[in-house]
Amino acid sequence: MKTFYWLVKREMWEHRGGFFWTPVIVGAVFLVLNLMAIIAGEFSGHGISMNGNDVSRMISDMDAGQLEAVGMGLDVAMYSSAVIMCIVLGFVVIFYCLGALYDDRRDKSILFWKSLPLSDTSTVLSKVATATIVAPIITVLAGVVTGIAMLLLYALVLSFHGVGVWHLLTLAHPFRVIANLIGSVPLYLLWALPTIGWLLLCSAWAKSKPVLWALLIPVAVGLVLGWFNILGSTGLSSSWYWTNIFGRAVLSAFPGGWLPTAARGMSFENGSHFPHQALGALDLSTSYRVLATPNLWIGVAAGAILIGASIWLRRWRDEA
Amino acid sequence: MSAVITATGLTKRFKSSLALDGASFQIGAGRIVGLIGPNGAGKTTALKAILGLTSFDGELNVLGFDPRKHRDKLMEQVCFIADVAVLPRWLCVKDAVDFVNAVHPRFDRKKCEAFLARTKLQPKQKIKQMSKGMIVQLHLALVMAIDARLLILDEPTLGLDLLYRKQFYQSLLEDYFDENKTILVTTHQVEEIEHILTDLMFIRDGKIVLDSDMDAVGERFTEVLVNADKASTARALSPLDERQVFGKSIFLFDGVKRAELEALGEVRRPSIGDLFVATMKGTYA
Repeated sequence: MKTFYWLVKREMWEHRGGFFWTPVIVGAVFLVLNLMAIIAGEFSGHGISMNGNDVSRMISDMDAGQLEAVGMGLDVAMYSSAVIMCIVLGFVVIFYCLGALYDDRRDKSILFWKSLPLSDTSTVLSKVATATIVAPIITVLAGVVTGIAMLLLYALVLSFHGVGVWHLLTLAHPFRVIANLIGSVPLYLLWALPTIGWLLLCSAWAKSKPVLWALLIPVAVGLVLGWFNILGSTGLSSSWYWTNIFGRAVLSAFPGGWLPTAARGMSFENGSHFPHQALGALDLSTSYRVLATPNLWIGVAAGAILIGASIWLRRWRDEA
Repeated sequence: MSAVITATGLTKRFKSSLALDGASFQIGAGRIVGLIGPNGAGKTTALKAILGLTSFDGELNVLGFDPRKHRDKLMEQVCFIADVAVLPRWLCVKDAVDFVNAVHPRFDRKKCEAFLARTKLQPKQKIKQMSKGMIVQLHLALVMAIDARLLILDEPTLGLDLLYRKQFYQSLLEDYFDENKTILVTTHQVEEIEHILTDLMFIRDGKIVLDSDMDAVGERFTEVLVNADKASTARALSPLDERQVFGKSIFLFDGVKRAELEALGEVRRPSIGDLFVATMKGTYA
């Protein structure tokens, strides 16, 4: 266990930029852009007043439904920074995995790591854990901090216009948002596993350019399949392939990919228009419904097999 | 002599060639063994087999383990320095020491820090900011602080300047080597390890062609400086090699009685380098 901790720590040393600084910088840029937008709004005289009406009077005139909408708006604002960070996380994880078992083979530092009493299994699993647990936790924490800062920023600005900060904050549901974000980390681990496995396998196998192999093979298969479909000769539909094979092998590194699957067949009350539906799907009670789908578990099984193959390759791949 | 490494019929086949062709040898504890061979003779493949980094056919026992099956256990007892560039560029001195300290049960942190104190290395210094010589100093400090039974060196001083090279072997002899440790080293700079070796192995085309301790090498091989008038007599004794220097011929003999040779001219012990060249004649032809 101690060894495993240090293996993960080693990954963080090597990839501090990707895993730590990237979300921090994205969060900072996000806040700065929002601040600039607010200042620009204030200077152009519109302020946060909508359609020339004073916001504080608008809020006091609102009925319960409209207040709920304001709260939801604030929730969406809080999510929005996390969403951007999650997209960035997807890219970071993809490139991390592609390099994880390749970079040290290229610069031969693998010989140093292999000169230590470390099993290849724990080495590969430490990389899996870094990509699926540590990285998303850091991202979620950065997202939460940025989200809270966003919320406070807007509340503060509105308070200059005579709206009570606390009144506004009670309209939003920051704790629910935070819980939903943090609670999604275990789902990410399960959902991303097939992609992590595929990318690690390419990383452990490729003699050069693992990126190319990881994308080229699934794309080529998809195109060939599409071509046969045009000839009308397969039972396998092309769109099924792109969603269930390509999507799960390459794109599942992006958090939230499980939401459409989880929300399938759900009907949302309140007329299910956009913010309701989106926020409802983000709720853990909805997103964890994906645990009941074979899609998730077949992916987990495929991921485990691919990771097993990566470990075997890591052990026996002979460097020429 | 308890054997640290026993290899029997070690064979490794690549697609088009045979890197190891039934090599058999034994290395005892407390020895410093030089594994010398031309490029492509199978040196590195043999070391990789010993370290469990490659698959192979035949029998191989390293410290009681089969390297194919028990690599993780084996590596607690075996250390390894390959050609200089193997430390990861992003690692800094302090992190490297912390990491090895955490994962290696036989690592002595105090010892390592004492070795590092003798160098100019700074704790926060990254590998990418170091010269080749400094990287080797760090690697050596890490390795010498590990109480391992077998140390494997694959071209450890490649690309180092003379000062670092001398210092490297000197540190190994003074601060590391004892009768419980075994060192197996490959290098092309034969002359610099000549005086520290206890055993010598020549490998050629995947086969061990010479395996002997240094005393026996001295008894078996003799070099004679012969004047032109006695050259034909010398040739009759079927020398391994003949070369000309300043009008004299230098003959290298394998297993010819010393007394017989002393009659021909000045007798001396051949250098490993000369022995190597004579043994490997025609390798690239």
